[in-house]
Amino acid sequence: MKNWIIIGATSAISESVCRIWSVRGYKLFLVGRDEKKLATLRDDYSVRGASDVYTHVMDVNQFEAHEACWNAAAEQMGRIDGIFIAHGTLPDQKACEASFGTTQLEINTNGMSVISLCTIAANEFEKAGKGDIAVISSVAGDRGRQSNYVYGAAKGLVSIYLQGLRNRLFKSGVHVTTIKPGFVDTPMTAEFDKGGPLWASADQVANGIVSAVDKRRNVVYLPWFWWGIMNIIKHIPEMIFKRLSL
Amino acid sequence: MTKPYISWGRYPYREQKGVDLHWRPTSLPSDEVFLPQGNARSYGDSCMLEGGNVLSTRFMRRFIGFDPDTGLIQCEAGVTLADILNVAEPQGWFLPVTPGTKFATVGGALANDVHGKNHHVAGTFGCHVTRFELLRTDGSVRVCSPSENSEWFNATVGGLGITGFITWVEIQLKKVGNSAINAENIKYRNLSEFFELSQASEQDYEYTVAWVDCLASGDKLGRGHFSRGNHARPVQPRPSKPAMALSMPIDPPVSLVNSASLKAFNWLYYNRQIEPVRYQTTHYDPFFYPLDHIHDWNRMYGPKGFLQYQCVIPMEHSHLAITELLHRIGRANYGSFLAVLKVFGEVASPGLISFPRPGTTLALDFPYRGNKTMQLFDQLDEVVVQAGGALYPAKDANMKAEHFRLFYPGANQLAKFKDPNITSSFWKRVMEA
Repeated sequence: MKNWIIIGATSAISESVCRIWSVRGYKLFLVGRDEKKLATLRDDYSVRGASDVYTHVMDVNQFEAHEACWNAAAEQMGRIDGIFIAHGTLPDQKACEASFGTTQLEINTNGMSVISLCTIAANEFEKAGKGDIAVISSVAGDRGRQSNYVYGAAKGLVSIYLQGLRNRLFKSGVHVTTIKPGFVDTPMTAEFDKGGPLWASADQVANGIVSAVDKRRNVVYLPWFWWGIMNIIKHIPEMIFKRLSL
Repeated sequence: MTKPYISWGRYPYREQKGVDLHWRPTSLPSDEVFLPQGNARSYGDSCMLEGGNVLSTRFMRRFIGFDPDTGLIQCEAGVTLADILNVAEPQGWFLPVTPGTKFATVGGALANDVHGKNHHVAGTFGCHVTRFELLRTDGSVRVCSPSENSEWFNATVGGLGITGFITWVEIQLKKVGNSAINAENIKYRNLSEFFELSQASEQDYEYTVAWVDCLASGDKLGRGHFSRGNHARPVQPRPSKPAMALSMPIDPPVSLVNSASLKAFNWLYYNRQIEPVRYQTTHYDPFFYPLDHIHDWNRMYGPKGFLQYQCVIPMEHSHLAITELLHRIGRANYGSFLAVLKVFGEVASPGLISFPRPGTTLALDFPYRGNKTMQLFDQLDEVVVQAGGALYPAKDANMKAEHFRLFYPGANQLAKFKDPNITSSFWKRVMEA
C-alpha cells in the first residue's frame, strides 16, 4: 500500500491510473483546480477501494502554492511514497506564434510548473532516501515540429530536466520515471479525429504507466511502438526534416 | 482502437459526430437535436443519430456510493457492468441481471431494459433499478424511482434514451455466496427437447439459455446445447478468471462469416462435447460473457457490418413459430454463428415499452448482404407478427414502423415523455417516418 500525490488529478490519464491504484488500496492526495470534480473523483476512488482520498485545490501556475501543497499532503497522509505529475494543456500553436505571452504561459503550465514541483519532491525524497517521481512528458518533446513546437519545447524541457534529475537522485535511492505517451483519446484531444491504429485509450496508457512505475522504468513510450516511431523521427537529418510538414 | 460512436453491428455504418461528456452535466444543449449514448453496444440504430450529435457517456464512469452491507450501488451512467462487477463481486455482490456483454453501460442497460439468462426468475434490469436521475433539455432534473416520479421511471426504463439524459443510476445488487457457476451443458437433439429442458429447468436453475445449431434441419431442427446453472455453494473453490485471450486487431476486407466457415463452426461447436451432459464449475466470466473474450469481435463481419435479429414469441405459438423461423433461415441458406434461444418468465417489467415478455426469444447474427438480408428479415417479420411476438429495438435496424406500433402499444404513451431535443435514428424511423 502506497501514498501518492497526484498533480492534475482531473485529467483523464491520471484518473485511469488512480482507478488502478484505488483497487490496490493506495492512499491518494488529489490536486486540481476544480473542487467539485475532485470530490467526484474522491467518491469514485473510495468505492473502488482506495484506503483514503484527500483533495487539494491548486492551480499549478501558482508556483508559490507548491510548497504548501506538499506540506498539506505530508500532514494528511503522514508519509509520501510518490508524486505523479499528470497535468498539462495542449496549446493552440497559432496563438502561441502570435503572442509571446501565450507561449510563456504554456511553457509555464507544461514546463516550469513541473520543474517547480519536482524541485520540492526531489529535495524531500532525497532527504528521506526513497521515493518515486513519475511525470507525463510527451513524444512531442523528442523533436520540434511546426505543428506544435511550443508544446514540444515545454515537454522537451521536462524530459531533459528529468534525465538530469534521475541521474542526480540515483545514488539516494529515489527513482524518476519519464512517461512519453503518443496520441491518447482524452478531453485534451477532443478536437482530433480518433480513428486509426496510433490512438490509444487512457486506460491502455494508464496500464503502461502503472507497470512502468512498479518496475521503476526510466523512460517509457506508451504504447511501446512510439519508441520506434520517435527513433525514426529523431534521426531524420535536419536538411530533410525542415522541409517536411509534420 | 475502433472508431467511437458507431453501433456494435456497424450497420448502418455512418460516420457520426459525437461529443464526450467527462463530468456529470448540469445542463444539456438546447439548440440542437442529440442522442445520449453509452458504450454503443446496441447493434442497430437505436444508439445512432444520423445528422445529429451523440452525447457520449463513455468517460462518465464514476461510482458515487456503494454500501457493502445492503448492496445498494450508485454510479454515473457511463459506468460499465464490468466496472460494477470489479467493485462489488469481491465483496459478495453480483449483478441482479446481466446481458451477454459486460461492456454495456448502466445507462444503456436501463434505457434498453436489458435481460439475462435469469429472466424467468429475476425479470429485467429495470426491475432492480431503485432510482436514477433524469436531466431534460428544459433544465429540469428529476430523481425517479418506482414511487417517486414513477411515470417518468416507467417511461425511461426501456425508453431507448429519448426521455432525457440519465446522469446516474442506483441499483440493488444481489448477494451471492459464490460468484462461480455450477453449470450443466446438455446436448439436445431438436426443438421439442429444448422446450422440455427449458420447462424442466425453470424451477431449479437460476440461469438458462441455449445455443442453437441453426444449420441443422429435418428432425434435427433446433438442436443445440442447453446450458443451465446456479451460483456455486460458498464452500466451493472459485475457478480463476481466464486470461483475455483474443482480439480482432484489424478490419478484415470481407466478412469472415460465410457459409463454409459457418458450417465448420456449427458442426464443431455442436460436437465439441461427446457426452450428453457436462458438469462444470466455471468462473462467472466465460459463463455470462463468452464473446467479451474476443475484443472487437464485431469486426469479424468485415466492413459491411452485421445485423442481429431478436424476437420474442408468446409461449402458445413458440414451437410452431420458431420452427418456421428456422425453416425460413435455412431455406434462405443464411446461417448464423450465434443463435440463442431462451424462455422468458412472467416477471413484469416496469418499462412502458420493454421488450421481454412471456414467451421464447430467439436471437441470431447475420452478416449484412444488402437486400438479401432485408428480404429475409421481412420474411421473418411475417412470422413474428402472425404469432403475436415482438422484435427487440436494441438489436434492430430494419423493423417497420407499423410493426413497432403493433409490438409496442405503449409507444404513443412514451412519445409524450420524449425530450423535444432528443431522438435517435431508430425513433425517427419507427415513429416519425
